[in-house]
Amino acid sequence: MDVLALSRLQFAVTAAFHFIFVPLTLGLSILVAYMETKYVRTSDELYLKMTKFWGKLFLINFALGVVTGITMEFQFGMNWAEYSKYVGDIFGAPLAIEATVAFFLESTFIGLWIFGWNKVSKKVHAISIWLVAIATNLSALWILLANGWMQKPVGYVLRNGRAEMVDFMAMVTNPYGWFKFFHTVLSGYVVAAYFVMGISSYHLLKKKNLEFFKHSFKMATLFGFISSLLVFATGDFHAIEVARTQPTKFAAMESHWETQQAAPYHLLAFPDTANERNLIQGVSIPKGLSILAFHNGNTEVKGLKDFPKEERPPVLLTFLSFRGMVMLGMLFMLLPFIGWILSRKGNLESHTLFLRIMLYALPLPYIAAQIGWIVAEVGRQPWIVYGLLKTSDAVSKSISTGQVMASLLGFTLLYGFLAIIDIYLLTKYAKKGPDDDLSNIVRSSGTQEE
Amino acid sequence: MEFQIIWFILWGILWAVYFMADGLDFGVGILHNFLGRNEDEKAVIRRTIGPVWDGNEVWLITAGGATFAAFPITYALMFSYLYSALLIILFALIIRGVAIEFRAKGTGTVWQMGWDLGIFIGSLIPALLFGVAFGNIFQGLPMDAQGYHGTLFSLLNLYGLLTGVLFVLLFLVHGSLWIAIKTEGSLCDRAAKLANTTWFLLLITAVTFLVYTRFATNLYTNYVSNMILMIVPVLAVLSLIGIKIFASKGSILNAFFASCITVVMVTFTGIIGLYPNLIPSSIDPQYSLTIFNSSSSPYTLKIMTVVAAIFVPVVIVYQIWTYRVFRQKVTTADILKEKESY
Repeated sequence: MDVLALSRLQFAVTAAFHFIFVPLTLGLSILVAYMETKYVRTSDELYLKMTKFWGKLFLINFALGVVTGITMEFQFGMNWAEYSKYVGDIFGAPLAIEATVAFFLESTFIGLWIFGWNKVSKKVHAISIWLVAIATNLSALWILLANGWMQKPVGYVLRNGRAEMVDFMAMVTNPYGWFKFFHTVLSGYVVAAYFVMGISSYHLLKKKNLEFFKHSFKMATLFGFISSLLVFATGDFHAIEVARTQPTKFAAMESHWETQQAAPYHLLAFPDTANERNLIQGVSIPKGLSILAFHNGNTEVKGLKDFPKEERPPVLLTFLSFRGMVMLGMLFMLLPFIGWILSRKGNLESHTLFLRIMLYALPLPYIAAQIGWIVAEVGRQPWIVYGLLKTSDAVSKSISTGQVMASLLGFTLLYGFLAIIDIYLLTKYAKKGPDDDLSNIVRSSGTQEE
Repeated sequence: MEFQIIWFILWGILWAVYFMADGLDFGVGILHNFLGRNEDEKAVIRRTIGPVWDGNEVWLITAGGATFAAFPITYALMFSYLYSALLIILFALIIRGVAIEFRAKGTGTVWQMGWDLGIFIGSLIPALLFGVAFGNIFQGLPMDAQGYHGTLFSLLNLYGLLTGVLFVLLFLVHGSLWIAIKTEGSLCDRAAKLANTTWFLLLITAVTFLVYTRFATNLYTNYVSNMILMIVPVLAVLSLIGIKIFASKGSILNAFFASCITVVMVTFTGIIGLYPNLIPSSIDPQYSLTIFNSSSSPYTLKIMTVVAAIFVPVVIVYQIWTYRVFRQKVTTADILKEKESY
């Protein structure tokens, strides 16, 4: 493999790994903030316990999100120097603004929240976790505006051999970025809801701390249901934006080869890239694809064959990822709805089959988030900035294969290690109920814990 | 004033504040395992930076982001030229972050010793390598139209290493003063004593650095042509001496403030000397990356100036506020009380 292939692989690995932690941070920060607000308002100890139990899991995840995030900022310059030179004038701004406006807020107030229980008033303490939640979501906004610009470059001119910003507001109001923002943060809320429902199910199946976990579960069902509905709705609108601005990505998502008026949607399809057709194709909804693409059954949808081969993204991966994401997205609406109905009756713990399903459904929104990013990033290829700069022209010129191989190996080992630690700690603290006294366990082993 | 100059100053401020803030975390992290004689003391030492280290680190992210936004060509070339060195810094920072956060979340000797090592390495390596990196930037990098002609090992030259050692010693004094402020009893005494002893090493290194800089770099050219700028290195030296005067009188807080000023002034001594370069070329000045030939467009710089003018002061205010919230000394009782919180 050459520097380009290795750098792409490294970016994929490090971005995917970072995005294991980001979605949960986005959603769980809001849930924990809501729990603490309920505690401040009602003085009900149950909510305090909820804040602390879920907060502890939140913090383990948060730490990994922070440290793996630094990598992303370094990598643009390290591996993608030509990209950084070419677009830095406009792309650097949202990244710098993210750090100044959001990341500082998040990192400062998380410290206050962790250590401030006895230092500030209950109210200020609750406000600090709200600031963390707001800052995390604001951080996502700036990052996704940056990514939105890579998908649909706006507000620039080509001057002095690079893309220069001429309209800051165009970038800030780029519809592509906003669709991406809503779709992405809402998917994070779904991840968090399934996380809380899954771990609650585990305890409910064990018939432990019933009151605590029934309450947590119920809170998550509503959050999860509303969020999953909105993820679907924003996804639908996002798809129109993709169809309009990135026809090759849209065609690859649907494995759509021939340009067609009133294009049908094939429920069954499988791409055959070599022969530029679908291997199988059936169970079709007339005009379905046109409706999906433009909310109008008679419009024309461009097929992949309209574009030169070297400007098409990898079809199979984009197609399968998109199908997988959509199918999971539909499931995500169903499960919390059932959960909410069952929770209302008050005997959730007796529905063991459902609880088992919810436990095993925990990883599914994570998978959906990952393959969603595959659609977004693989589907944009061969462009790094759609229609403007090719990925192959963006890689650093001064780095060698050996250097990138070493760094990729390093990332794989380090991140593999972090993954083990993460799973170990999350499992350990998730299995412990809210009432298990940690200090007892610690004392008996003769060591100490902060 | 031209926007490039404003951003050059801001660039300097971001790095200076980063070294002042995270420098104390580096110092504390290096000393954690050596000053802490038992689990309780170590917990107290970690707790002195626990609430603030994460916010301190963001100054680095902002310095990096600001370099990207304001001087994209420098950002692109600096990060790709110094690929391997930055990768090592990055790995070390990742390890430090998880080590600080996870050290207390498990038990057992392997767990504790492993993360203790992580805190140590994760603090020492960035402190040293940031110094090495800046030392090399002060000298200029071997770069021309064909690109970069150095390697990871060519960075480890005498002047680069000297700057690295200077950074480490500066942060050690800075960090041990911080521990002395934030703790009591024997730990506090030992930390103060350590600051006093390390100071001599720092002084020797600093003097050597100032002399060697004359021969290894062109940093002094700007001072020769504009004597008023001499106030910065003079303040660096005065505050360095101030550390010792205050520390031996036992007013540790003032000694710490003096070391804050020292870190900032040392950083600015170098940065003023660089002007108008961000990275000089050691081959031929025509290949140097300057604030004029590597900057963003005036429009982008204007937008970024507005953002920075509004938000950087806000950040400083709330960060100072959190330092105030945690202004009391850390005691073992605190650690026990917090154990129940989590």
